[in-house]
Amino acid sequence: MNYPKFSTNDGVIEAAKAALGDALVDAFEQAGEIQLHVKREATATALGILRDTKGLEYQQLMEIAGVDYPDRGQDRFEVVYCLLSLTKNHRLHVHVQTDEAKPVPSATGLWRNAGWLEREVYDMIGVLFDGNPDLRRILTDYGFRGHPLRKDFPMTGYVELRYSEEAKRVVYEPVQLAQDFRSFDFLSPWEGAQYMLPGDEKAPQAPGAPSPVPATEKK
Amino acid sequence: MADLHEMQDARVAADMLYTGEDKPSVGDVEIKNYTINFGPQHPAAHGVLRLVLELDGEIVERVDPHVGLLHRGTEKLMEARTYLQNVPYMDRLDYCSPLNMEHSYVLAIEKLLGIEVPLRAQYLRVLFAELSRISNHMMNLGSHIMDVGAMTPNLWMFEVREDTYGFFERASGARMHMAWFRPGGVHQDVPLKLLTDIGDWLDTRLQLFEDAITLVGDNRIFKQRNVDIGVVSRDDAINWGFSGPMIRAAGVPWDIRKSQPYEVYDRMEFDVPVGTAGDCYDRFMVRVEEVRQSARIIKQCIAQMPDGPIASTDRKVAPPKRGEMKRSMEALIHHFKLYTEGFHVPAGEVYVATESPKGEFGVYLVSDGTNKPYRVKLRPTAFSHLQAMDFMMKGHMLADTTAILSAIDVVFGECDR
Repeated sequence: MNYPKFSTNDGVIEAAKAALGDALVDAFEQAGEIQLHVKREATATALGILRDTKGLEYQQLMEIAGVDYPDRGQDRFEVVYCLLSLTKNHRLHVHVQTDEAKPVPSATGLWRNAGWLEREVYDMIGVLFDGNPDLRRILTDYGFRGHPLRKDFPMTGYVELRYSEEAKRVVYEPVQLAQDFRSFDFLSPWEGAQYMLPGDEKAPQAPGAPSPVPATEKK
Repeated sequence: MADLHEMQDARVAADMLYTGEDKPSVGDVEIKNYTINFGPQHPAAHGVLRLVLELDGEIVERVDPHVGLLHRGTEKLMEARTYLQNVPYMDRLDYCSPLNMEHSYVLAIEKLLGIEVPLRAQYLRVLFAELSRISNHMMNLGSHIMDVGAMTPNLWMFEVREDTYGFFERASGARMHMAWFRPGGVHQDVPLKLLTDIGDWLDTRLQLFEDAITLVGDNRIFKQRNVDIGVVSRDDAINWGFSGPMIRAAGVPWDIRKSQPYEVYDRMEFDVPVGTAGDCYDRFMVRVEEVRQSARIIKQCIAQMPDGPIASTDRKVAPPKRGEMKRSMEALIHHFKLYTEGFHVPAGEVYVATESPKGEFGVYLVSDGTNKPYRVKLRPTAFSHLQAMDFMMKGHMLADTTAILSAIDVVFGECDR
């Protein structure tokens, strides 16, 4: 295998379980990487334990990724902390689930680079971080509204800007597309498409099933 | 005390110039610090960086970098395209080292797919990743030198950089945005003549780089501008999430190519340069040495590269050859399906980071089992480094801003995404 190889995952889950105790909700290995799910309230303490416990020693916070799962119902957002241990040469992910209102305890007290990473998650997904002293937007425009990486945010956005010769400044206007956004669905209809195929409405049966009704089922 | 007098003089001079009626009277608050705006259109801002600097005289008290002026929503766009269609977006992240950006992305896909990449493709990837490292460092070292006042080395190094673009063009057809690393291998094989030419080039033309470095490496003015500027200790570098040359200059011998080898880096012999002081000069010198080590790796790649296929033979991931398509119906179907529907990646999530010239460039990829990524989070190197600007700049002179910024090696395509 050609992807980056770090040291073995053996015993890491056990060590994390022992160190984190109740804060740990779930721990498993997937695609060769350890995923820990922790309680939201205990995020900062759990990260601190992972950093400072002898034998775990994840000294560096490389990334905080926000992921939106709107289908989950409650707690639709997942915040993923990617930790790196320089001494153990190991990587680990810590997952926290939250929603628009419930804040995640900030990791700025542990790692100084957490500040911008949390700002980005706030900007893009809209997760609040409790204890971040400077939770401003970071990547989007000054005065931007909305959180663009949520799944319900349209890819084209809501506003577009141009330089107005009349107003002698940049103006914002509602986005107007000359052509509808084209999203092609290349998923094979023969492999369990979950939607109604054109013509299926004529056949009174499950969507996605072969359109000609089998002769045995015909009335 | 001298500073204080100067400031007082300046204030008196300003008062004399000021003829308005609301002249400050006794009891008004005197504001000592003042704020200036650096960028976003500044030649030394390395792109579109806006720094809000709070100054006390010429001493920088606080830096607030405003990033995002080049934000193009790459991550959002990637969610609406197939895995293969997303490869060119990676080129446009760090446009100084496009192949290294593609590298993390294709490795992340391959890790989820669990496919094997042929050995020749792995050698080709390592070779061209190192060539783009040289290309990137030429750009950065040259502009670093220019930012602190020297002109000639930059021009020489751009010659070297231009040569590397010639090689990229011969390999992929494109000078800058190669889109040459593909899931499963590389897009096209390279002719033998290209490999021998690269070998010859390393022996002859890279001397231009060495010449340029002799002009500044021991130069008194260059050292005055860089030594002891922006010192970052070992612990601070770790806590700030530094990676790449930035953490190595602080004395941590951490190189993902060495410690978490991917592709054929475990077969390569190369050294990891480490700094001692953690200042701008160390960062510069670490990069200089990395260029030499990259040249070493490229030579080993050329010497060891076996013949064979350059992409996976798994037709569900890598397309068949054009000639095969003329004869085989199955190959034609595979080609059609790959370029319309694309391949499906098993559900799961991975974080794959490689050593890009600027540090750890990571891709956090969430797949839901369809032909498009559910979520891609790109880990830019510049985010941690630029964030530490405030910490590195504190107490330095305004003129040191450019030296520190250059030594970070920041490119906004990658920082802002």
